[in-house]
Amino acid sequence: MTEPLLAVRGVETYYGNIIALKGVDMDVHEGEIVTLIGANGAGKSTLMMTIFGSPRARTGRITYAGVDITKMPTHEIARLRIAQSPEGRRIFPRMTVMENLQMGAAIDDFAHVDEDLDKVFALFPRLKERIAQRGGTLSGGEQQMLAIARALMSRPKMLLLDEPSLGLAPLVVKGIFDAIRELNRTEGLTVFLVEQNAFHALKLAHRGYVMVNGVVTMSGTGRELLASPEVRAAYLEGGHH
Amino acid sequence: MEVFLQQLINGITLGSIYGLIAIGYTMVFGIIGMVNFAHGDVFMVSAFIAVITFLIVTTWLGIGSIALALFICLIAAMVLTSIWNWTIERVAYRPLRGSFRLAPLISAIGMSIFLSNFVQVAQGPRNKPVTPMLTDVITLIRSDIYSVTISYKQIMIWAVTAVLLMGFWYLVQKTPLGRAQRACEQDRKMASLLGIDVDRTISLTFVMGAALAAVAGVMYMVYYGVVSFSDGFTPGVKAFTAAVLGGIGSLPGAVIGGLLIGLIEVFWSAYFTIDYKDVAAFSILVVVLIFMPQGILGKPEVEKV
Repeated sequence: MTEPLLAVRGVETYYGNIIALKGVDMDVHEGEIVTLIGANGAGKSTLMMTIFGSPRARTGRITYAGVDITKMPTHEIARLRIAQSPEGRRIFPRMTVMENLQMGAAIDDFAHVDEDLDKVFALFPRLKERIAQRGGTLSGGEQQMLAIARALMSRPKMLLLDEPSLGLAPLVVKGIFDAIRELNRTEGLTVFLVEQNAFHALKLAHRGYVMVNGVVTMSGTGRELLASPEVRAAYLEGGHH
Repeated sequence: MEVFLQQLINGITLGSIYGLIAIGYTMVFGIIGMVNFAHGDVFMVSAFIAVITFLIVTTWLGIGSIALALFICLIAAMVLTSIWNWTIERVAYRPLRGSFRLAPLISAIGMSIFLSNFVQVAQGPRNKPVTPMLTDVITLIRSDIYSVTISYKQIMIWAVTAVLLMGFWYLVQKTPLGRAQRACEQDRKMASLLGIDVDRTISLTFVMGAALAAVAGVMYMVYYGVVSFSDGFTPGVKAFTAAVLGGIGSLPGAVIGGLLIGLIEVFWSAYFTIDYKDVAAFSILVVVLIFMPQGILGKPEVEKV
């Protein structure tokens, strides 16, 4: 087994005195799509942000490409080419769509903006129509596309996506998931995906983890988890099968 | 009519100086949500740097050209004041980031007192005059009773302010540095997720604010011909009022607010009484805070969350 691209070992994260992650272990290998599913408040987004050191893990160790990033400043972690489309999308509201995308290429001093713009516009043609509009005036779905497109502008080796399906029409969700699969296949982009939409996420992912109350309770391939009675009962009943 | 025109000219001149200082308040507030109460004193320090540089350049180095001397003053004041303000941020504000909200504010007040006392001790408590310069005037309307004039120094203040504001606007709107600065102002955490060094960007904001305050300091020295260690307070609070009036966080707002405060102060002095000119300016602050707390250009659009 090769060294994982991202390795999370025994990570505990606190908000003040409240513990949010209670010793999480997790691996993402190069070229994989890995998903983390779980209910609201399970700590999924906290884990995403802890990988970026904001909040910082109080105990445990996070390594990326063999480098210990547990105590590295957030902006330096981003410079290792991990990109994130975070919870709440965090679009810059008073910047145009164009400027938001340019910010994605900040780590390379905006060197390859033009060629990469064509790529993300091919993925999300809607953004091209909105190019001069301010981020804060976009619809929720458009903001989600912009957040993902902005993350891709940094030419990431690994992409962290926090609930990309949130608030989007099913057709748009399918488009986004297809795009992720495509990027993974053609460019070998490693993807770590947090989702409440467990069915789609597990179908897309090579492997998955289930998080409950700040602890990883199950892991397996996407297919295994989809077939597991516990996962079906907790996350899939009432969903589409 | 002649009086009105003359006061308009004077008011725009004074307002330009306030506007330049106000930008420093508004930028720092925009990016870290703190009112930098020491900013007025940073402006005062810059005026002192300008006076000292001017004396060195004209007396010791014997440079006769006023334009060249002022240009050297401007560069020296901008560079040295920027270093001052950069240091202030490192020493007094950055260690308190992430602390409770009042901590940096109290630290700023302390820094303000430190700066004015330091200058008082180092330079003496007396007013420091410089030889009057650029005193020639152009008469716009000649009349036996009241001639409307504009002086060379007023023209210079307008021109320098306009050119620097345009340059500054370009820097903030069009360059990668300005883009990073605005990104940090809108969402610091997201900016860091994109690889922006937020601490460095905040430092640069203090440097930019100080550079513009230094321009104001040089203009102040030229306009009034005298500086004192206590000159940081009143212009500082007026510039802060200008920033609030324009909508704190908004750069064009700071300039508009500065011009308005300058005009209000000058017209009040001309038509009512000069004794109450500061009261007039600060009454505006109170009225704005009560009836229009977002200011003229504050946060214009509704944002989706």
